[in-house]
Amino acid sequence: MAAIELQGVVKRFGPITAVNGLDLDVPEGICLGLLGPNGAGKSTTMRLLTGQAIADEGKLRVLGFDLPKESKPARAAMGVVPQLDNLDVDVTVEDNLAVYARLYRVADVGAAVDRALQIARLTDRRDAEVDKLSGGMRRRLLLARGLVHDPDLILLDEPTVGLDPQIRTELWTLIGDLRARGTTILMSTHYIEEAERLADEVAVMHKGRIISRGRPADLIAEHAGRQTAEVYAPPQRLAELRTAAEAAGLRVRPAGPAIAIVGSERADNGVIPEDAVVRAATLEDVFVLLTGEEAE
Amino acid sequence: MSAQPETVAAAPIKAPRPKAMRRLEPAAIAGVMSREVANFRTYWKGTTFSSVLEPLVYLLAFGLGLGATLVDEVEGVPYIQFVGTGMVATAVIFSSALPSMFGTFVKHRFQNTYEAILAAPVDVEELVTAEMLWIAARSAVYGCVPLVVTFFWGLDPAPGMLLVPIFAFVTALGFAGFGITMAAVVAKIDQFNYVTALFITPLFLVAGTFFPISGLPEGVQVIANVNPLHQLVELVRGGAFGFEAVDILRFAFLVAFALVTWRFAVNRMSARLID
Ligand SMILES: Nc1ncnc2c1ncn2[C@@H]1O[C@H](COP(=O)(O)OP(=O)(O)O)[C@@H](O)[C@H]1O
Ligand SMILES: [Mg+2]
Repeated sequence: MAAIELQGVVKRFGPITAVNGLDLDVPEGICLGLLGPNGAGKSTTMRLLTGQAIADEGKLRVLGFDLPKESKPARAAMGVVPQLDNLDVDVTVEDNLAVYARLYRVADVGAAVDRALQIARLTDRRDAEVDKLSGGMRRRLLLARGLVHDPDLILLDEPTVGLDPQIRTELWTLIGDLRARGTTILMSTHYIEEAERLADEVAVMHKGRIISRGRPADLIAEHAGRQTAEVYAPPQRLAELRTAAEAAGLRVRPAGPAIAIVGSERADNGVIPEDAVVRAATLEDVFVLLTGEEAE
Repeated sequence: MSAQPETVAAAPIKAPRPKAMRRLEPAAIAGVMSREVANFRTYWKGTTFSSVLEPLVYLLAFGLGLGATLVDEVEGVPYIQFVGTGMVATAVIFSSALPSMFGTFVKHRFQNTYEAILAAPVDVEELVTAEMLWIAARSAVYGCVPLVVTFFWGLDPAPGMLLVPIFAFVTALGFAGFGITMAAVVAKIDQFNYVTALFITPLFLVAGTFFPISGLPEGVQVIANVNPLHQLVELVRGGAFGFEAVDILRFAFLVAFALVTWRFAVNRMSARLID
């Protein structure tokens, strides 16, 4: 049984179609990265999975429960880590966890809190007010709160958005631990590196549906080939090179001040200029080619 | 620190995984209330201080000021005791309607607290019910403060007063439901000014706290009679000075008020919280 099965899911907000015919299967035990630019419909998908948004069309099953009808028992078995920090800031770390242990009807609240503190490496901060924690500790607590009942499935909605690099790395370590323990994870992100590092499989989401799915290496091989050539030059020359490369049947994407000629190993002599930097193709190449959005 | 890897316990943590769950589960309601209790522990001093000081100030200003100069007795009761018993209603509305309005708004739109709670196995109905019960429980306590304060001005304890916390609780449920509904309906927090000016202040003034409503023009008396706060004032005075048969109807009215605002609050919050 798949942990998540979505078929033809549509969710509209007035004139906006946030989720537009989404098909998504998440098998048990993997970490699936839902990679998409801002506005792709990632958070809406997460809210559909917790019954906080009701789909207009389509079939949704989570851990064997039909949504939205059986969303309550489904929520009891899954853990959610939101995009925005919504901890109770005036109360202690311990109280934050204890309240959620109760909301999840955990029998031994004290043991659950201890365990969550260990996971978040916050045991020595249990009596601290959340206000007094560093940004990284708060994010770890937010993660621990979603794990307090030892869920079978975890939804992480852009777990490191807006964090500085050091905190991001800390969080990646924790998520990596979860993954190593075999917990099923659905993690949305618009950071390529996050998907690349943590996800067993990546589903690229764009305009409310999945446009490509696979292991990062397979996606790269399929959509970008082996190598990418990057050229830094004045705009005039970049435009000429681009036209030439596209005429030769190659795909070109902007890369900040440069252009990236994707699949450069297939280029005929002379198409790739001497001063190009040739590197291995990346998931970023795939993402930009598929979505047309500059990567972050 | 030892070099041993941290061991993470497994068995008793796992929450139950029921196949189906009911509506209005006590465990969900208790869980939401436990969040309120944890927060209350951080701010109870200020709230309690003002809830004790406010009736004191009113009693001194109105009771002693008016009582000493203009009025001795109302309906056969010393004026200060008349005001003191009436002020139970003041304490109840200000400790229920306002905190539920502002608290709900802040938790919902600024802190995203409800978003987090609803990701757990808690329904909007349980969430709203828990918030109402918590506010009402607090109001039932704070509502008794003016009564206790008035003991110092010669009000005699009476057995009927034991019912005052229950009257206060039911009334506060209604105003909490009203406040939550308003928090769900308004677009911006400053629109609470309209709610206060249009509902809270008039209800507070024509409740019969400071003067008997029988002295008001007939049109206003009609309004006073559908004012839940007026029913509470009468019930508290009943508890202090003797009940009348009609008090049963007053209590029934308050229960109905609580039920109606409860359903409104659940309905409006669902519309806000579930897309
Ligand atoms: N509650 C809502 N009301 C109206 N529009 C919404 C709502 N939630 C999301 N949207 C819109 O749906 C689209 C997808 O949003 P979202 O799921 O948040 O994307 P992502 O998380 O991938 O950035 C966006 O255009 C967003 O503005
Ligand atoms: Mg999002």
